[in-house]
Amino acid sequence: MPDTFLDSTELVLNMGPQHPSTHGVLRVILKLDGEKVLGTDCVIGYLHRGVEKIAENRTYAQFNPYVDRMDYVAAISNGLGYCLAVEKLLNVEAPPRAQAVRVILTELNRIASHLVWLGTHALDIGAITPLFYCFREREEALKIFEQYCGARLTTHAFRIGGLQYETYDHFERDVAEFCKMFLPKVDEYEELLTNNRIWLGRLKGIGILTADECKEYGVTGPMLRAAGVKWDLRKAQPYSGYEKYDFEIPTRVNGDTYDRYIVRMQEMRQSVRIMEQAVEAIPAGPILGKVGKVLKPPVGEAYVSIEAPKGELGYYVVSDGTTQPYRVRVRPPSYINLQALDKMVRGALVADVVAVIGTLDIVLGEVDR
Amino acid sequence: MADEQKPGGSEAPSPPGGEGPKPPAKPAADAAKPAPPKPAAAPPKPPAVMAAVAWDSELASAVKQRFGDGVLATSTYLGQDFFVAKLEAAIPLLEYLKREADFDYLVDITAVDWPKRAERFDLVYIVYSFARNQRVRIKTQLAEGAEATTATGVHLTANWLEREVFDMFGIRFAGHPDLRRILMPEDWQGHPLRKDYGILQQDQRWVQENLEIESGQ
Repeated sequence: MPDTFLDSTELVLNMGPQHPSTHGVLRVILKLDGEKVLGTDCVIGYLHRGVEKIAENRTYAQFNPYVDRMDYVAAISNGLGYCLAVEKLLNVEAPPRAQAVRVILTELNRIASHLVWLGTHALDIGAITPLFYCFREREEALKIFEQYCGARLTTHAFRIGGLQYETYDHFERDVAEFCKMFLPKVDEYEELLTNNRIWLGRLKGIGILTADECKEYGVTGPMLRAAGVKWDLRKAQPYSGYEKYDFEIPTRVNGDTYDRYIVRMQEMRQSVRIMEQAVEAIPAGPILGKVGKVLKPPVGEAYVSIEAPKGELGYYVVSDGTTQPYRVRVRPPSYINLQALDKMVRGALVADVVAVIGTLDIVLGEVDR
Repeated sequence: MADEQKPGGSEAPSPPGGEGPKPPAKPAADAAKPAPPKPAAAPPKPPAVMAAVAWDSELASAVKQRFGDGVLATSTYLGQDFFVAKLEAAIPLLEYLKREADFDYLVDITAVDWPKRAERFDLVYIVYSFARNQRVRIKTQLAEGAEATTATGVHLTANWLEREVFDMFGIRFAGHPDLRRILMPEDWQGHPLRKDYGILQQDQRWVQENLEIESGQ
């Protein structure tokens, strides 16, 4: 292209850490040519609390509440992953009743997490209404958590070996009612967005990540499925009795922001399906397996991962035979998915960066730990 | 706790917490006395090393054949398989697993610090194969000051993972395109996840200069 007076010079622009669309304290340094993104550099760590260091100085049970503070919009998934990892080291399994309740609460939390994603993502794009709709339904999910364990966000719902609490009196009824209420609401969100011209214009073809690129960057969860890979740890390596439930893995082919939106919407419907089946048949029995008051796993190590709302959430726990873990490593899906941001926004516009950060569905508490 | 006030012998009605008496480790005599400071005749201690057993499979033997001495052991513990490799064999093994055995997804890289050991750090790679639906680990050891080789040439995702290992443990990766700290501030002194780094320890100079307070604690 010939030199014209419209040529612009490169500009380095700082976005965040206080930018509202960065969903917390993410700082992205953008290198721009006009409005075109030439490259990015993520500055993270503002929320670093040294969770993995804390783990080495607490007993196995004492560390349990801390994991809720990583991905705080999906605290129950964090707790499940940690409990499963320690249970693996102890070689115990939660009883069937505990497993069923775990599945119900985890799926409910997946819906709550996806609702936060949808509301804020839409808000970033300029659709204000969905936020209110989403938080209205999320409130119902949080009420169930609150009734169950007294907390709404950082629930600490599970205990190593099973459950912290027995379910409350009308737990089954409340969950069944939520399922019945929620499905039409998903249709309602879709009515607002799915065929909305502005929504399509802002999302279609933006932030494409192909299946191969996803694998190369270690990107998992809805982002991988939107690129056409039918992979979900609940199916691939079932845990907590997920193999008993009939559900599908929604996938799409294009791997763009719009497809990721569709996949997450479908996932909420599938979560309802799982909850409906689970709540029908919660087995009777104990809620805690045979674990001692003092947890002392034998010397060894284990890596256990689950399908969290954001992707593969893994815990690598090393035991030296004492009451405190020797090392706990968290494999945080948000952190690893965020690494693909640069790939996704190169050549796009600044406004697309906002859309892509939204579609990554990161929680900075988990990125920074 | 209610249990402790009881004179003894009331082990049977265990609380709804469901804690059963551990059959092999605890002799029944313990239950009779509330808190005996008598650790004599301690029950047999669990082994101080991981009770891993040899892992025999097609993949394990193929890798052994290919790498010979580079792979020190193929083991399995709790149903999870891992290779123990020499430091210089780790990246070739990672590459072999990716190209020849479909382990195309690098799940995680992390380290464990064992300060009393001659080769102080364990470096752990976790890989997964979508085609096989199988996850394996590669474990390797390196000494303080030794340099690992970067895995970014094999898996792009290694970039941030290695930066975090460098940040937290101070392990350097030769050939890494951008080996900077990632979670801690760039001019921070010390590597927090080393065992000799205290839980309350911090870089006082950094805190005073940047936060303009005496101490962060």
